[in-house]
Amino acid sequence: MTYIGQSVKRVEDKRFTTGKGKYTDDIKLVGMTHAHIVRSPYAHAIIKSIDIDTALAHPGVVAIFTGKDIAAAGINGVPAGWQVNFKDGTTMKEPPHPLLVADRVKHVGDGIAVIIAEDLATARDAADLIEIDYEVLPCVTNPAEAVKAGAPQVHDNAPNNICFDWELGNPKAEVDAAIAASHHVTRLDLVNQRMAPNAIEPRSAIGHYDDSKDKFTLYTTSQNPHLTRLLMCAFVLGIPEHKVQVVAPDVGGGFGSKIFHYIEEALVIWASKQIGRPIKWTSTRSEAFLTDAHGRDHVTTAEMGFDKEGKVTALRVSTFANLGAYLSTFAPAVPTYLHGTLLQGLYTTPKIHVDVTAVFTHTNAVDAYRGAGRPEATYLLERLMDTAALEMGMDPAELRFKNFIPAFDGVTQPGYQTQVALQYDSGNYEPVLERGLEMVGYENFRKEQAEARKNGKLLGIGFSTYIEACGIAPSAVVGALGARAGLYESAQVRVQPTGKVSVFTGSHSHGQGHETTFAQVVADRLGIAMEDIDIVHGDSDSVAFGMGTYGSRSLAVGGSAIVKSIDKVLEKGAKIAAHKLEAAEEDLEYAGGRWTVKGTDKSIGFGDIALTAYVPHDYPAGLEPGLDFSSFYDPTNFTYPFGCHIAIVEVDAETGKVTLKRFIAVDDVGNVINPMIVDGQIHGGLAQGIGQAMLEGVAYDAEGQLMTGSFMDYAMPRADDLPSFEIDRKVTPCPHNPLGVKGAGEAGCIGSTPAVVNAVMDALTPFGIIKNLEMPMTPQRVWRAMHQK
Amino acid sequence: MIPANFEYHRAGSVDEALSLLDQPDVYAKVLSGGHSLIPALKLRLNQPGALVDIARIAELRYIRQDGNSIAIGSTSTHKDIANSALLAQHIAMLPEAAGLIGDPQVRNVGTIGGSIAHADPAADWPGVLLAADAEIVLRSKAGSRTLAAQDFFLGFYSTALQEGEIVTEIRVPIPAAGTKSTYQKFMQPASRFAIVGCAAVVQVSDGTCSMVRVAFNGVADACFRDVNVENALIGKAATAENIAAAAAQAAQGVSILSDHYAAEDYRKHLAVVYAKRALTVVAG
Repeated sequence: MTYIGQSVKRVEDKRFTTGKGKYTDDIKLVGMTHAHIVRSPYAHAIIKSIDIDTALAHPGVVAIFTGKDIAAAGINGVPAGWQVNFKDGTTMKEPPHPLLVADRVKHVGDGIAVIIAEDLATARDAADLIEIDYEVLPCVTNPAEAVKAGAPQVHDNAPNNICFDWELGNPKAEVDAAIAASHHVTRLDLVNQRMAPNAIEPRSAIGHYDDSKDKFTLYTTSQNPHLTRLLMCAFVLGIPEHKVQVVAPDVGGGFGSKIFHYIEEALVIWASKQIGRPIKWTSTRSEAFLTDAHGRDHVTTAEMGFDKEGKVTALRVSTFANLGAYLSTFAPAVPTYLHGTLLQGLYTTPKIHVDVTAVFTHTNAVDAYRGAGRPEATYLLERLMDTAALEMGMDPAELRFKNFIPAFDGVTQPGYQTQVALQYDSGNYEPVLERGLEMVGYENFRKEQAEARKNGKLLGIGFSTYIEACGIAPSAVVGALGARAGLYESAQVRVQPTGKVSVFTGSHSHGQGHETTFAQVVADRLGIAMEDIDIVHGDSDSVAFGMGTYGSRSLAVGGSAIVKSIDKVLEKGAKIAAHKLEAAEEDLEYAGGRWTVKGTDKSIGFGDIALTAYVPHDYPAGLEPGLDFSSFYDPTNFTYPFGCHIAIVEVDAETGKVTLKRFIAVDDVGNVINPMIVDGQIHGGLAQGIGQAMLEGVAYDAEGQLMTGSFMDYAMPRADDLPSFEIDRKVTPCPHNPLGVKGAGEAGCIGSTPAVVNAVMDALTPFGIIKNLEMPMTPQRVWRAMHQK
Repeated sequence: MIPANFEYHRAGSVDEALSLLDQPDVYAKVLSGGHSLIPALKLRLNQPGALVDIARIAELRYIRQDGNSIAIGSTSTHKDIANSALLAQHIAMLPEAAGLIGDPQVRNVGTIGGSIAHADPAADWPGVLLAADAEIVLRSKAGSRTLAAQDFFLGFYSTALQEGEIVTEIRVPIPAAGTKSTYQKFMQPASRFAIVGCAAVVQVSDGTCSMVRVAFNGVADACFRDVNVENALIGKAATAENIAAAAAQAAQGVSILSDHYAAEDYRKHLAVVYAKRALTVVAG
């Protein structure tokens, strides 16, 4: 029986599709109260006074806490989990992010008070009875504006609103010289717009203090419950970790937004002890738009130099990254180590310099959002490539072939050392583009395009050949880059006496299908049926430790940790089997769930060995009973999936409306365990990346009010916005993890965005080379681009 | 997203609904499909003391021929209208417009009466009913009255509907033979309401446009008949040139909306494009 490589149906889908998933908001505890958070309606204002007396007297209100109570209790703000230093070596500015603000609010949605009541309607009613007197102050929302002299200041201790400045790559003077000496330089001024993650399940948190055990339980919508526990206990509330259980039950999507430790989690835990009852808080969709950490938001100037033949000579990038009003958990890492380090792309660019200024503004926090930094890097690189091809009169595919890094397997050939710190593990880039061109029928398309233009139809094709760094790890590397946590993963494989297997993983599935993919790996390695395996995740009392799920890391890192524990199980199993079969260990082979003495018919099954391990009557001398192993896996490198995405669009010449006609994706994510699940990840990622190109975008007005605060204004991609995707794969195994897997969760989202924008630029070439196409490419923007002077 | 407290009444008949609306000291609102009202309640933009749910009143849900008109009961859903063979036969733009509203879930529950009573400037029914030359039947305890659509829609979220009155029927005159109608809509990508919706009804006799009615949604702060476009085409040959010239008159002299997705100049341009597209469908 082989499970790996099979499109096994997802075992978790039965409960999800029959309404039996158990999400945080489904949990009801005895005596549970409900919290509503009063939030700032202003982007920047001094709280002159708060009057809670009437609200507190409202029947059914249990308690109200404000920023003053939080300050009086000596509670710290939520911390950043990653430290980036200024170019001069000084530490980044890290202003406090209090659980509730007592003095000066810094974005619309900033928490001011929490009302706890017997039921949610009462809590909400009481909110209308709280009187807050504000002095409204000027605000700034754009990062390039925020650094200018005289801009409103978000924090007292961050002059010019700068959190840090940062650079990476070759010395700037060398890159400047290479750009100056280039035959051609393509320059783009780009905005990678702010995105709202919009997981289908809004955030939710239940805090429960059990005084009989002096123990807290937090149920929360988290992608990494252990990290939430660590940050909340050690940095915010000062509660010993062994006194806190964090459970992230079924979680309905995250896209990064549920990695982070949020104020509401610490609030319900702290307040539950104050009132002696459990407290549930669940975000409304409106609050989700205001407070779930947003993504992207870069304002960038990028220049790429070329020689006469079209070889890239240098890349120079300068970015203002908007971090919002406060530092979210991984915010400092995203525009730096997840962005600057990817600017080599798939190309042999010899000189690269990237300069990043991270900026505070009066907006919601920005942090990792599917792809996190890598889409921003890919966007500017791939926009530069297609634009340069047009400017130099070259074919965009040909320009890429000229510049690809030659193939290397990372085993017999070394990895590829980039100019921006990373060393790629293995890569073979030409085949993905070749396959993409074949699938799209490139030559025919160009003919069709020429014909269409004669008839006034605007057809265009856009390319993106991307690389990403996934399987975020290893700890020593990320530590050197400023991470305040390790980035390994843990796994425990517990063989039960009957031979059934429970696997405890520190990865966290919030839609990825770990209960299926991981079980396929375990079943194959142990030679047992998938039905005999249970994957347990998301509970800090069950799982030893975990770093959670993000950065396409679960299979590459978490899956590898499971393999490590399985190896230990089989090693000990072999000792027991050798004893039972009266043979030497080296004479045994393990296949199909049985140890067999080579060349004989003497064998013993996995179940018998499991039982023997727990009923060790006839047992190897000196060997411990039991069959239960834990491992921590810390990889030696990131993994580097790559691929080629091609978009074909038609632009309505009269209205500017873009229709995506075809989308081709050829991805290389290393080995594949479950093709159906990988296809699903690619499809979802494509929808998200295309959504950024065509539809989505968070917009604040001049007063810092969110103009896109509901699905009536924030356009999500829907099925009828998208064509039927044409996808294929190449396989270049990862050389440094036991499964040879690279990760597939973000690929679709990273590669697709520039392909769509490039296709629109190509369609509009009858109007000239239009470089200033801003995302989302709404019809109005495209129409204006066509008609600009 | 929790509404303020309200009483909920489900009416079984129009008379019962009218009685429930007539409660002293209670601000009562009619609930039909709820697609506009319920979000407003959840955001506490509207805080009625009572809701009178008329969506299940059987006597209000029908589409039938009544003399020279088609009578549509006010709680008919968008889906009912989209699927009506009677309307498809006589005035195709109604089913066409219904099929462009929201998504299947919205169309299954949202009602034509609720939509016109709300009179969102970007909703689809108001302009379609103007171009159809429809009448709106209203009932109150005092009796029944019938208004031309033109007299019903008064402005931005504003209609002639009085307190204690319910929209009970929409009457659409059956056009003369040879008349064609269409509704062409440019959608706001998030809400899929109309940035520009153009309803056009044209009768072509012997190659000449003998009757032209054109109305817009989404362009101004309320739906409107565009007489400039109509007058530019009436009596003219149904040619592409004449259609384009008439369409070029679109949205003249009205105060044009401007928002995140469409500023004034772009919206006006779209009105011209969509007038041309609609007229081309019915007269081209």
